Amino acid sequence: MSAHDGSHHEDGSPHLAHHFDSTTQQFDTVKLGMWVFLATEILMFGGLFCAYAVYRRNHPEVFEAAHFYLDTTLGAINTAVLISSSLTMAWAVRCAQLGQKKGLVLCLSLTILGGFGFMGIKTVEYSHKWHAGIWMGTSNRFHPLHVEGGGHGTEAGAGSHTGTGAATHAGTEAGTGTGSETGSGTASGTESGTGAASATGTAPGASPPPAPDLLVADVARPSGPEHTSIPLPSRGESGLSALLVDADPGHTTSGALEGGKHEVHVEDLADGDRRRVHIFFQIYFLMTGLHGIHVLVGMGLLTWLLIRSIAGVFGPRRFNAVEIVGLYWHLVDLIWIFLFPLLYLIH
Amino acid sequence: MSTHPVPAAEHEVHGADDLHVHVMPIRILVTAFAILMGLTFLTVAVTWFDLGAANLLIALLVAVAKAGVVALYFMHLRYDKPFLGVVLITALLMVALFISIALMDTTAYQPDVQ
Amino acid sequence: MTTSTDTSARARPGEKASPPSYLEHSKGIRSWLFTIDHKRIGVMYLWAVLGAFLLGGLFALLLRTELMNPGPTLIADETKAWDFYNHMFTLHGAVMVFLFVIPAIPAILGNFILPIMLGAKDVAFPRLNLLSFYLYSLGGLFFVWVLLSGVIEAGLDIDLPGGGGLDTGWTFYTPYSTSSSSGVTAATLGAFILGFSSILTGLNFISSIHMLRPEGMTWFRMPLMLWALYGTSIIQILATPVLAITLLLLVAERTLKVGIFDPALGGDPVLYQHFFWFYSHPAVYIMILPGMGILSEVISIHSRKHIFGYRFIAYSSIAIALLGFLVWGHHMFTSGQSALANAIFSLLTFSVSIPSAIKVFNWLATLYKGAIALSTPMLYALGFILLFTIGGLTGLFLGALSVDIHFHDTYFIVAHFHYVMMGSTLFAFLSGMYHWWPKIFGKMTSPRLGWIGAVLVFVGFNLTFFVQFVAGSQGMPRRYANYPEQFTIYHQISTIGAFVLGLGLFVVLADWLWSLRWGKKAPANPWGGNSLEWHCASPPPLENFAIAPTDAGDPYRFDDWVRDEETGGYVKRQESPA
Repeated sequence: MSAHDGSHHEDGSPHLAHHFDSTTQQFDTVKLGMWVFLATEILMFGGLFCAYAVYRRNHPEVFEAAHFYLDTTLGAINTAVLISSSLTMAWAVRCAQLGQKKGLVLCLSLTILGGFGFMGIKTVEYSHKWHAGIWMGTSNRFHPLHVEGGGHGTEAGAGSHTGTGAATHAGTEAGTGTGSETGSGTASGTESGTGAASATGTAPGASPPPAPDLLVADVARPSGPEHTSIPLPSRGESGLSALLVDADPGHTTSGALEGGKHEVHVEDLADGDRRRVHIFFQIYFLMTGLHGIHVLVGMGLLTWLLIRSIAGVFGPRRFNAVEIVGLYWHLVDLIWIFLFPLLYLIH
Repeated sequence: MSTHPVPAAEHEVHGADDLHVHVMPIRILVTAFAILMGLTFLTVAVTWFDLGAANLLIALLVAVAKAGVVALYFMHLRYDKPFLGVVLITALLMVALFISIALMDTTAYQPDVQ
Repeated sequence: MTTSTDTSARARPGEKASPPSYLEHSKGIRSWLFTIDHKRIGVMYLWAVLGAFLLGGLFALLLRTELMNPGPTLIADETKAWDFYNHMFTLHGAVMVFLFVIPAIPAILGNFILPIMLGAKDVAFPRLNLLSFYLYSLGGLFFVWVLLSGVIEAGLDIDLPGGGGLDTGWTFYTPYSTSSSSGVTAATLGAFILGFSSILTGLNFISSIHMLRPEGMTWFRMPLMLWALYGTSIIQILATPVLAITLLLLVAERTLKVGIFDPALGGDPVLYQHFFWFYSHPAVYIMILPGMGILSEVISIHSRKHIFGYRFIAYSSIAIALLGFLVWGHHMFTSGQSALANAIFSLLTFSVSIPSAIKVFNWLATLYKGAIALSTPMLYALGFILLFTIGGLTGLFLGALSVDIHFHDTYFIVAHFHYVMMGSTLFAFLSGMYHWWPKIFGKMTSPRLGWIGAVLVFVGFNLTFFVQFVAGSQGMPRRYANYPEQFTIYHQISTIGAFVLGLGLFVVLADWLWSLRWGKKAPANPWGGNSLEWHCASPPPLENFAIAPTDAGDPYRFDDWVRDEETGGYVKRQESPA
């Protein structure tokens, strides 16, 4: 969208595109164009927020139960990282406008670093979920069509095919309950039971897998036929921050609520709702995944800017590109500002 | 098409032709950053207390406040032409419209879903 | 009064020859494929879009042939025949909606005319414009391949790579679309790419209209075509991204079994419809609004009368764009939506008819006591007014809940949307093409062929679709290839009409091709309009104007132009020999 290659010199600027009358007009137009594009991004993510809102509103306990598998501390750190990178990005724009090349290079580098930090923490979170069997699609342990033994993600690639095969098979096995009813309580209860049973049955020659090394500090929970075999997370700490928890036994975690509010956990859920637990994770992955892709694209754009700024391209007469990539980056931050409380802080 | 006022030199550079550019002062950037960090802490802290439905409301309000700071200061909307703010607000209103009607409808037919 | 606006590139005595037109400016296929000239991009879109229209139209004829008799007509074996039919109507709908009706007017006429109407050299982001075209072509080719291969597979039993085509209808409703063995994922990805073409065009137009207007052209001195394109662009920007996310969710649903829309997995199929129609209803306003812009231009210029109620028409364009976002639930009255939502959407649907009606009244008032020339553009414009009225009024029938219960998913709906999408948008498109054809190609079309084509198209169209209102109200469901005997007569009339319509459209095509080869050279201002595009040569030079205009004056004030028999067009008053 930048118009840097014009050869006209109508106002002395070598970077004025042929169809603009002045640099001001060009700058303002490019900025408007970027804001209009940001509006489209807001609408796109808005759809996902709508899916989130609909499910949370209609199944609040499901979301509350499922969200405990997210690590609040990591999420908060990620928020701080993105906000800091927004600061350095805005600062970079200032440096470009003032012609401070060194400052510009430094700020852009820090912003990219922030991006790496964010994606790094994301990777930690995602890999944890992968190993814990709460991944996307049918690789999620709570998914009605989940195949035992496929949860560690080794079959995730083939999983969709296996899943499809198992799905149609399980579908027919569970009979009319799956197909026609939209979820009467008894039918769904039978479904998840049948689903798991038939899935285990159809896994070719698989012996029951060892209990997954999920999350730390298992809290003893009563188990029974209606409970899943997954031990629940201890008060929401997992991954990196779990190590900190271990190191400091006196640490009060975010899961402890004052006022003695009863936290809802997966085994507290009604049978019908348990079938929906995986939906929280699907929405989580869709939202954070799409957001993550946007972060990566932003990092790419920033790298391109960095290379050009090292080459000395930007200055008081030419900083539009820095400004508009900055706008994009701030939007990425904006979206996360809403994602964080909505996904991680459901209490 | 220059519509920028003429404040102190610190905030202004002259670019090509009549280009008047408003540069963000460092103190504003840093203050905005501090506010954002503070609000983030607030968001997390609020979850330590059980306020029922208000928890969600407060979380959203804080998020909106943070978004406002980012938009106005980091994204420079405070000093830009008003129409850019209109673009942003329109997009947000559209999202709000979509969510509210979908919410209203799905909630209303939940009893049919049993 | 206007300052010098005669910026035509015509050489006056003693002057150098005018600069070459944009068509002659550079030669070779690379100069077209890598152009950033909005005019060339518009022309490339023209051929691509017409290709899509041809494909969609051929399938319409195939469909109507199948429907000629109850029972399978094209293929003997029943199961295969119905599967083939599903693939065919899906292809017809999807190609027409995504590759023809939505892009046609903005991408062809909008791209060509908008910058010139603004007195500008190009759109705000010329390279983004080219990208839009690439996304359209490549996305379109991919999309067509997926659908077409599926139809061929279903009909001829040949195995082709392409995933199995699409048999869900263009609306991709879940749960069928998530479980169908057809190539939903591939088709969805094609539609996703096409959506971005639309978004970028809208982005370009909004930026252009805001930032590239000349000094004297305030918002209320713009031609109404620009108001219409502005409203269209708002919708493209705000609605299409929701389609994007809907399609992504559908792909996730199919490949990852995410379960958001599948009740067996805890999901909600009605939610899919909310998502889908939040885009697809405003999409129909993307289709009709630019057509309405064309109407304002053509009606006014071809009756040599100032448009009546300029501000009302301008405001109504924005009103339609915004109100169009509030009514999507009227596609879901029978889908399981709540009664509360049903009532709200029904009420809002009635309100959205008001700005449209305002436009129609203003056009009629413009025509009143005007010097109406029954040129080819005017024929289509008049046809539009009648057909849009019918289509719009039948929309009100459908907006009434009690009536919609009976009419939903019947041929009444099919007739309704063909009246507004085809009877209206297609007619407006043809009107605009004929109106600006001399400007775009520098050649005049044949008035006789134009008349013949217009009459055939009008008669054929009504023959095809009017009976469908009757059939639908008697219960003939849509998307069914088989039907009880009592509907046969309606289908047969409709099929005959379809072939007449097809013939008419081929006459139009013949007219255009004839014009390119043998058409009379077009004057700069054949119709006597006053908006800026008539102030430059036909066809325009590369940068549109020899001297950039600074003040266009009132685009609907035609007094300054007088007829010049020598060139067959209009010239500025001070230039005509005394």
